[in-house]
Amino acid sequence: MLRYTLSRLLSLGVSLAVASVVIFLAIEVLPGDPAAYMLGLNAQPDTLAALRDELGLNGTLWERYADWVGGMLRGDFGTSYTYRSSVSEMIGERLWVSLPLALYALTLSTVIAFPAGIWAAARRGKAADVTVMGVTQLGVAIPNFWFAMLMVLVFAINLRWFSAGGFPGWDKGVWLSLKALTLPAVALALPQASILARVMRSALLDTLSEDFIRTARAKGLTKGQALRRHALRNALIPVLTIIGMQFSFLMAGGIIIENVFFLPGLGRMIFQAISARDLIVVESVVMLLVFAVVLVNFMVELAYALVDPRLRARA
Amino acid sequence: MMFKPFRTGLVSALALAGAVTAAQADGSLTVAMQLEPPHLDPTSAAAAAIDSVLYSNVYEGLTRFASDGSIVPGLARSWDISEDGLTYTFHLAEGVTFHDGSAFDAEDVKFSLDRARADDSTNAQKGLFAAIDTVEVTDPLTVVVTLSKPTGNFLFNMAWGDAVIVAPESADTLQTTPNGTGAFKFADWVQGDRIELVKNPEYWGTPAELDEATFKFISDPTAAFAAVMAEDVDVFYSFPAPENLPQFDMDPRFKVLAGSTEGETILAMNNKLAPLDDVRVREAVAHAINRQEIIDGAMFGYGTPIGSFFPPHNPDYVDLTGLSDYDPEKSKALLEEAGVALPLRLKMTLPPPSYARRGGEIIAAQLRQVGIEAQIENVEWAQWLETTFRGKDYGLTIVSHVEPMDIGSLANPEYYTQYDNPDFRAVIEELSVTADQAARSELFKQAQTTLAEDYVAGFLFQMALLTVAKAEVEGLWVNMPTPAVDLTSVHWAK
Repeated sequence: MLRYTLSRLLSLGVSLAVASVVIFLAIEVLPGDPAAYMLGLNAQPDTLAALRDELGLNGTLWERYADWVGGMLRGDFGTSYTYRSSVSEMIGERLWVSLPLALYALTLSTVIAFPAGIWAAARRGKAADVTVMGVTQLGVAIPNFWFAMLMVLVFAINLRWFSAGGFPGWDKGVWLSLKALTLPAVALALPQASILARVMRSALLDTLSEDFIRTARAKGLTKGQALRRHALRNALIPVLTIIGMQFSFLMAGGIIIENVFFLPGLGRMIFQAISARDLIVVESVVMLLVFAVVLVNFMVELAYALVDPRLRARA
Repeated sequence: MMFKPFRTGLVSALALAGAVTAAQADGSLTVAMQLEPPHLDPTSAAAAAIDSVLYSNVYEGLTRFASDGSIVPGLARSWDISEDGLTYTFHLAEGVTFHDGSAFDAEDVKFSLDRARADDSTNAQKGLFAAIDTVEVTDPLTVVVTLSKPTGNFLFNMAWGDAVIVAPESADTLQTTPNGTGAFKFADWVQGDRIELVKNPEYWGTPAELDEATFKFISDPTAAFAAVMAEDVDVFYSFPAPENLPQFDMDPRFKVLAGSTEGETILAMNNKLAPLDDVRVREAVAHAINRQEIIDGAMFGYGTPIGSFFPPHNPDYVDLTGLSDYDPEKSKALLEEAGVALPLRLKMTLPPPSYARRGGEIIAAQLRQVGIEAQIENVEWAQWLETTFRGKDYGLTIVSHVEPMDIGSLANPEYYTQYDNPDFRAVIEELSVTADQAARSELFKQAQTTLAEDYVAGFLFQMALLTVAKAEVEGLWVNMPTPAVDLTSVHWAK
């Protein structure tokens, strides 16, 4: 187990190092000077030079890369060019929107998908199964930003139950904040729930055709009892994998939804930073998202090994 | 357009509206706009969003813009100008304090002006202060500014958001905690979401009527529409989707304010790039453009045609649109006369705003009619600034020049237009040292005519300022003489 963990840890480190080089180069070769963007059309050359100096844009590529990575290793993401405040603090603030949103969406997705998937598997081929499969097909096909706009139209403009967007802040009340995150979370959760429900159903169906289920039925359990007591637990492994992947997707994939609902999250921040050529913010946020994805994968891989003794033995 | 099937549903929502707006008609107002300020110091960045939130609300200068674009006293209540136009003596307002409690006096003025023109200054409009030779404090309420040459629009320059007065103790922290002398104090900034201002009870002038004002930042046009419709915001300044305006216009809950801006929108041409260095080719481009079609197609009818680089609402404006009327036949004849091989291929770079992207496609189609192939390249602002504006690697581009009184910028041969005419430079030079109003007016007219006759650019239209507001909000600026949402006299209808 130790060797397995160490080898996974090594691959995590290599992934991060490669990602940092790719991110840095991809962003640095983009044309566009942050100082020119900030000072606009009437800027004089000496003013531009003064600002470039102030921002530390005059170093070589290698020096700036070393600065950036060195800073990150110490937990210091640098100072935003445009906002002039600490990137770590900015990320921290935005995480208070993006992280709860991702968790909220994941919870919704799981709460919807589990019963739907189990129900469909238990009534394979019947009306319930056909309905779940039909609805989830639609859920997978509908783009989440379009669904988001539709919900704004119905619930914010027509019924006026919710605001069309924005985020009051947790200090203004947990209930208000959760309410503000509800429409975005539903929009994010719908396609995820559809995928998850389909995975749940097929995993259950696979398990239901296993010999041990036949044995369970033979010893007198009803179909439902066999499903709940024996099939479900065994079908959970692929489902948990998908949930892990979905969480990293939800963290990174909120960009469009955050723009539709004008939420002050990480996605919105990265969107603004790219157009303002606030390179250091873009680099740091992308790096953070890469880190989140790699970390989740790492934990899922560890979980495999815990669940499946064969993996441990092989490593 | 996708909202159409729901129009009937919206009517039913109207019944609720009365009750909701009445409840909000207290002393608070929520103003939305597209762009968020990068930071809160108007003296060290060009971002118009900084001024939009803070100009005259939080920060004040010696002079200020009134809603009609005229220059009125600000922190300087009056001034004397010497005979030779070189010495300005400003008499400052009494009993003014900064929001942090410190007193405002002549030393602060000297500090602010010296800081803006210093060698290491990061002021985006450093040119405004170029004529200043010395700034002297004669007593706590009097400042004497000596210029190195007469400057006709010095008082105008001092009204810009880049020339506001700040205190030495807080100058370095303005980017996060603005400290000005205005009728509103900065209260809070939730980055990515909103900035909150509160009334300044110690304000030296006429106090604000609102107790609180919130600026919300909503960049997506569809989200903007939804936020207004759901009444999450009371005012949307510079509404980004003109296609939705007829709907607001018909809705009794809202009003649409269509005003003018200082934004001349032009199809800029690279005057040094062959064959655009031939005035006949530039004229051919100008005649190939149908302005009304662009205004209707890209701006849904909002915008005033222009024939030169000057705003139509200015008293010195001359209508020169006739010089470049839509005439494709003439355009073809000119191209033939100039001996240009058709099709002529020109690179057209388009920055992100919809006036450029939508307008660019319409213009490309119009140019194709006369044998010019515009190769469209969509770019982001930062890229546009580097390659088009500074690198001058373009044939055509579309951009709106929003700075007030910027006709002089075209006199610089190093400018991205690369227009180089000594006669035009002489007129601009003369303007900068002329203070007499009648003479200035004549020079402005001359400058506009020269630009139009040289076909320096395809002059398209003056950008409209489109504001959507709740019907009960009063006192908003309709025009935009400078980027500002001046809330000092905004109030709810009684």
